Amino acid sequence: MDKKAKAIERDDVVIRFSGDSGDGMQLTGTLFSDASALFGNSVSTFPDYPSEIRAPQGTVAGVSGFQVNIGNSKVYTPGDYCDVLVAMNPAALKANVKWVKPGGMIIVDNDTFNEKGLQRAGFKTNNAVEELKIEDYKVIFANITELTKESLKDEGLDNKSVLRSKNMFALGMVYYIFSRPLNFTEKYFESKFKKKPEIVEANKKVLRDGFNYAANIQAIPNTYQISAATSTPKGTYRNINGNTAAAWGLIAASEKSGLPLFCGSYPITPATEILIELAKRKDLGVKTLQVEDEIAGICTAIGASFAGNFAVTTTSGPGLSLKSEAMGLAVITELPLVIIDVQRGGPSTGLPTKTEQSDLFQVLYGRNGECPLIVIAASTPGNCFDYAFLAGKLAMEHMTPVVLLTDGYIANGTEPWKIPNMKDFPSINPPIVAEGTTGFLPYARDEKRLARSWAFPGKKGIMHRVGGLEKDFLKGSVSHDPINHQKMTDVRAAKVERVKEFIPEQEVYGDKEGDLLVIGWGGTYGHLLTAVQEMREEGKSVSLCHFNYINPLPKNVKEIFGRYKKLVVCELNMGQFANYLRMNFQEYNYLQFNKVQGLPFTVVELVDKFNQILEGK
Amino acid sequence: MAENFKYTPQDFKSDQEVRWCPGCGDHAILSAVQRALPEISDTLNYDIERYVFVSGIGCSSRFPYYVNTFGFHGIHGRASAISTGVKVANPNLSVWQITGDGDALAIGGNHFIHAVRRNIDINILLFNNEIYGLTKGQYSPTSKLGSITKTSPFGTVEHPFRPGELVIGAQGKFFARSIDVDVKLTSEIMVDAAKHDGTSVVEILQNCVIYNDKTHSLIIDKENREDRTIVLRHGEKMIFGKNRDKGLILSGISLKVVAIGQGGFSMDDILTHDAYAANPGVHMMLANMAYPEFPVALGVIRNVKDSTYDDNVRDQVLEVMKTAKIKSVDDLLHSGETWEVK
Repeated sequence: MDKKAKAIERDDVVIRFSGDSGDGMQLTGTLFSDASALFGNSVSTFPDYPSEIRAPQGTVAGVSGFQVNIGNSKVYTPGDYCDVLVAMNPAALKANVKWVKPGGMIIVDNDTFNEKGLQRAGFKTNNAVEELKIEDYKVIFANITELTKESLKDEGLDNKSVLRSKNMFALGMVYYIFSRPLNFTEKYFESKFKKKPEIVEANKKVLRDGFNYAANIQAIPNTYQISAATSTPKGTYRNINGNTAAAWGLIAASEKSGLPLFCGSYPITPATEILIELAKRKDLGVKTLQVEDEIAGICTAIGASFAGNFAVTTTSGPGLSLKSEAMGLAVITELPLVIIDVQRGGPSTGLPTKTEQSDLFQVLYGRNGECPLIVIAASTPGNCFDYAFLAGKLAMEHMTPVVLLTDGYIANGTEPWKIPNMKDFPSINPPIVAEGTTGFLPYARDEKRLARSWAFPGKKGIMHRVGGLEKDFLKGSVSHDPINHQKMTDVRAAKVERVKEFIPEQEVYGDKEGDLLVIGWGGTYGHLLTAVQEMREEGKSVSLCHFNYINPLPKNVKEIFGRYKKLVVCELNMGQFANYLRMNFQEYNYLQFNKVQGLPFTVVELVDKFNQILEGK
Repeated sequence: MAENFKYTPQDFKSDQEVRWCPGCGDHAILSAVQRALPEISDTLNYDIERYVFVSGIGCSSRFPYYVNTFGFHGIHGRASAISTGVKVANPNLSVWQITGDGDALAIGGNHFIHAVRRNIDINILLFNNEIYGLTKGQYSPTSKLGSITKTSPFGTVEHPFRPGELVIGAQGKFFARSIDVDVKLTSEIMVDAAKHDGTSVVEILQNCVIYNDKTHSLIIDKENREDRTIVLRHGEKMIFGKNRDKGLILSGISLKVVAIGQGGFSMDDILTHDAYAANPGVHMMLANMAYPEFPVALGVIRNVKDSTYDDNVRDQVLEVMKTAKIKSVDDLLHSGETWEVK
């Protein structure tokens, strides 16, 4: 009897994988997203994992999750709530049930729902479904552990390897539910375990067995069909996360400028992957130094910049605090430097693996003295590439440090990315002093950008000295002259302000004027856009003004703000950008929507808030 | 001084007014540096543009302004990190780091030991006056136990670092010591430091005339210097004293001072200095010798060959590039799993 489950056509669907942090849920989620992207769906992902590498097994603290949204037209967020939850143990179910849409499908590994497992997860009874009040959900109890053992009993693998494969059994089940082809994932096994054919075969078998099991049990209430996205622009695509994109953007800036890339860094969550990726790129001549601390990270980079490399340092909030003094050194020596801050929850160690946008003030103001620098923010995983490239271009052409803000959400999140062609990117022309230049003055400036020139050690005729003491306006030698200090302070500020002339004007999504302008910056773009799109479909007068250029702000901001009845600034902090805008454009009234829960906004809460504002509540 | 070098000391004098206190030991060290650089330039075939002087914060750290080379005056404690960046970015440069006991061993201690451990090819001149001069007289990590200073009015209660011990403990390959007043010895050591590939640390006992005057005078005052210091040179006997009649022997597992020709000790018993020995045991003992039990060791105490960090970084990159499939950013972007949307 071939009684196939009913297939439901959907525009988009959200699935969440969850399990112990050792259960391989990040990999499972990634494989599912990759297969969907290769299938032609639009994809957006969000890994949600604990800061402990292996928290006590089976506890709620140790649950690792991975959410993915797939659609037949562009999806901008990983989705607020999921249609399908995979929970590999009772703790995963307990921790994630709040993210399942009412009545949604939940697949659990029945073999883990024993007394011990339930107890570890903090259940009081032996009936998790009743305790969580999810009787109305479609909960599928599958004996995933036992079935995996059965599937692999003739493969000659040790018990540990067998148990580690149960995530692939679950993935197989999910592939059936979402009508995914298996071949993309099979190819992954082949390339990943090239030298271990027995592992390749075992993984393939368990994946297929999971798929067939789901097809046969007739407990699956329905399957989903999400057709390939048709509106996707033509081109070659790949999946990319924000950290990899940022690393590659830096390499692109190095290639365009013709200067070697130097990265001085120190591991810190969630920025480490940038250093890891750059360390692999010795094939492109990248020099990475994992040094003794955050301060050495930026100071080696400053030394390298002085010596003529394109220098960068990568970090997150606590590391940025340690770099503050040296950022001032880069400002006063007027050397190019890119500092990437992948923001996480603070203060102090805070929430290392969770996202937040609360480093904005630190980046803008957290240094001694009058110490302006360029601040930009990426807003999607893919455009981390563009803004890292741009950070390099601005730093080198304007002779100043640039901070690029990203956050844990876009750094770890992935999306299909149309691969750009480097010939379409602008050239980078740093003001490098030629050897043998006569009458060289280290702090003389070009009129257009007010940038001083870059004089590499080793070249004849341009020997000079720079440092952290105030400089003479032209010669760069030490000066304690009061008027000179005023002049230098003014020109350092004017140089950063002048960048306004070299960045695009601020754009607005939606109407040129209207009832409500939603204002955001950085990694909240996908959620804000989706919320605004939904409301516009309902005919509401809502537009989005999302910022990538923070300091300086684009030229036309003031004029944009004046055309809307209400302004609401939404950010994952307690109002830092809102206050920054208040300082810059005092004439407007800014409403705020803020959240610091270590999580992105949900579209639902945004839409609710905007409706309240429109209704004057 | 040899007159036929390509450069003269004058070439290495900048146009900046030297602003150290009159009588400060730094003046003599500056002279020694300006005297050594012409010889180094000839010996190693360096042009003047090749030199970069890097410093942190403190009196000594003003040094780069006074040498007519490329210079970088950094922030407190971070000179080792800045120097590391300069050298890795361009390994052809000859990098000289000027630092003091506060800058290198207190706030910059971490960077200092890691630079030494990595054996990056930079030359560190560590001016040790056992006091914070620029902040006007607080104790430093090398101040003797019990030192009375502005922040230790009843005497310090902490044990000082011995820079040589720290360097050798961090697997340092080159350690030398000189005294500010001996310009000839300092410049001789600088030439050796320049020739050494790897981190060369030269401790210079330096006098702060204002806040810690005469801190080294017990050892280095002219009338006693020959009896209270020993100048070590590779391959030469370890002898010292006005009359060259005292020497060092190994007694058990320790060094011992003996009078040559007395107590049955002849010149044959006296140790010969082997700066190239990889085993740091004797070097450590020599570096730690303190008056009055021992003469204070001057000269190049340890000078051992090993691979350098900057070479290793460069070689690894070149090695990987040789067989790399990815040759451009376009290659990189298309590497791994991709798909076409038509």
